[in-house]
Amino acid sequence: MPVLKTYKDLPSTPVTFYSTESNKTGTWRTIRPILDESKCTRCYICWKFCPDLSVDVAKEGDFPSIDYDYCKGCGVCANECPSDAIHMEKEAHK
Amino acid sequence: MIEIRLHGRGGQGAVVASEMLARAAVRDGMHASAFPFFGVERRGCPVTAFCRIDDKPIRIHAGIYEPDYVIVLDPGLMALVDVFQGLKPEGKILINTTRSREDLTIKAHNKVVIVDATGIALKHGLGSETAPIVNTAIIGAFVKMFPKISIDSLLESVREAAPVKKEENASAARDAYEITKEV
Amino acid sequence: MIEVMTSNYAAAHGARLSKVEVIAAYPITPQSSISEKLAEMSVKGELHGQYILVESEHSAMSLLIGASYVGARTYTATSSHGLALMHEMLYWATGARRPIVMTIVSRAMAPPWNIWGDQMDVIGERDTGWMQFFCENNQETLDTTIMSYRIAEDRSVMLPAMVIEDGFILSHTFEAVDLPDQDDVDDFLPKFNPELKIDFNDPRRFGGLVMPDWWSEFRFRIAQDMEDAKKKIIEVDKEFEKKFGRSYGGLVEFYNCDDADVILALAGSAVGTAKHVSDKMRERGKKVGVVKIKTLRPLPAEELTKLNDMVPVVGVFDRSFNFGHGGGIFSEIRNGIYTPGGGLLTKNYVGGMGGRDFTPKHMEWVFEDLLRIKKEGKVDRMIEWIPLRDGTGRWY
Repeated sequence: MPVLKTYKDLPSTPVTFYSTESNKTGTWRTIRPILDESKCTRCYICWKFCPDLSVDVAKEGDFPSIDYDYCKGCGVCANECPSDAIHMEKEAHK
Repeated sequence: MIEIRLHGRGGQGAVVASEMLARAAVRDGMHASAFPFFGVERRGCPVTAFCRIDDKPIRIHAGIYEPDYVIVLDPGLMALVDVFQGLKPEGKILINTTRSREDLTIKAHNKVVIVDATGIALKHGLGSETAPIVNTAIIGAFVKMFPKISIDSLLESVREAAPVKKEENASAARDAYEITKEV
Repeated sequence: MIEVMTSNYAAAHGARLSKVEVIAAYPITPQSSISEKLAEMSVKGELHGQYILVESEHSAMSLLIGASYVGARTYTATSSHGLALMHEMLYWATGARRPIVMTIVSRAMAPPWNIWGDQMDVIGERDTGWMQFFCENNQETLDTTIMSYRIAEDRSVMLPAMVIEDGFILSHTFEAVDLPDQDDVDDFLPKFNPELKIDFNDPRRFGGLVMPDWWSEFRFRIAQDMEDAKKKIIEVDKEFEKKFGRSYGGLVEFYNCDDADVILALAGSAVGTAKHVSDKMRERGKKVGVVKIKTLRPLPAEELTKLNDMVPVVGVFDRSFNFGHGGGIFSEIRNGIYTPGGGLLTKNYVGGMGGRDFTPKHMEWVFEDLLRIKKEGKVDRMIEWIPLRDGTGRWY
């Protein structure tokens, strides 16, 4: 990334040269979802509803897994799960 | 520079006629500009079209108020519209009619040339009795009055710009050209 | 090849010859025959690019910005309320640095509803950052369209351009136009090759948020590039003349100005009428000159300041009125002319709006008025609407 000092260092229009993958929004969390696989029926409703694409399903038939790098802790998955397999926990501070 | 004004009814082809005259003039090495009276139109409504022709480039972008020639495609219009308004004192008139100059009420003292464009058009199957397409015939007659445009250029332009029946339109123009005499 | 056609068809041919790749246009009088002609060309296979139907002018501009981001040469045309509907996207096209070329067939804004020629629609878009080029005749419309791509797509410019023709007065008038050969245009116009564009193999994001700490610098770059465009415009005009034999002066054209007593500045189709009248008056010993404003944006201030040394009186004709201290073009020209201490007298003539005819007689009246001002050494009133109904109901 170039160091910006004056207008001459700018591209002609705002453009980003990196992907949002480098922006780990997991650090925004104050509560985190925990999945209890014993209760999970693999309906994948949590995967469908996650607004952040932070619930991964590697292949059909697998249990969903939460991607804690990006999960913002909004709680929609816990709210929507029909089997109450997800509950929200306070984020532990490191 | 000469200025021509054409009067017709919507659907008779007055605007296409002005375009054909411009094309013919350009073919003959002159400069021309043709345009309709910019307005909303419907079939049967009086339509006015204009054409300027000059040996030098035409730069005026405004209407024509004192034409050198007035061409009347539909004589019935003379009762509705003052088709001769602004006509220059030495200007000439061309009217599509079968009647003679004496029979017509023409509120102008200018030279009048008459051609039965309707008859010629119908003879070549252009339009119908109630709605004859007289434009190509009448400009064929006009070119007789204005020999700076050659009849050959006019016929080429007619073939180029006529949307349908190109040969019939060209024949109508040629017939009118041949038949017209300056009255 | 010489063909007799309207300015609208000339614009359509200009787009075709420029090998535009994406066209999205919504019809509006008096632009409709451009869309129709392009659609006809598309169906006949004469058009290199794709013609896409959209549901509004706003959508048309949005679509073109997207297409331009991918590296396509784009084109559209509109008038009046269509242009106004695109207004927010015009700012976007500028900020996104997309060299879209758009024909504006200028028409009055409503109400009162009016379909005829007037320049208020384009005067209202001066602030968007689009370049604005005015055309005097049909040939110029075609030539300017081709030149605009060359100017706009240059990496030192990368700004969109409006090519403006007066509604009906040019758009529906048949004039002889010399259609250049496709090969010659291909030589003159290289393929569009933007520095920044969407590439799926190299994904990036465009048009994102910029905080106050850097926003002004982006804006400054656009201002700089708009200023630099002046040089490019003159350069492209000279190259066009070398290739096709026709020149329009680039920014302005001085006509009959060399030893003029007074000068009238104006833009659009009325320039032709002004030149015609200027020649006729010169034959009678009246030394009147004409400045043709071909480019309004970027404003050719350097050329306009020359007027201070040429004449004591400059009139400006506006084919619109935007309720300022004088009309739009008048304000721009006064600003361009301005030198501290300069004593140049200026007067604004407003007319020909909503399709009202501005005839050689009116033009002559304006020149005579300017000569009178020169003689008396003062301006009677800053703005004169001519013609205007005088109470007897007659106006010409």
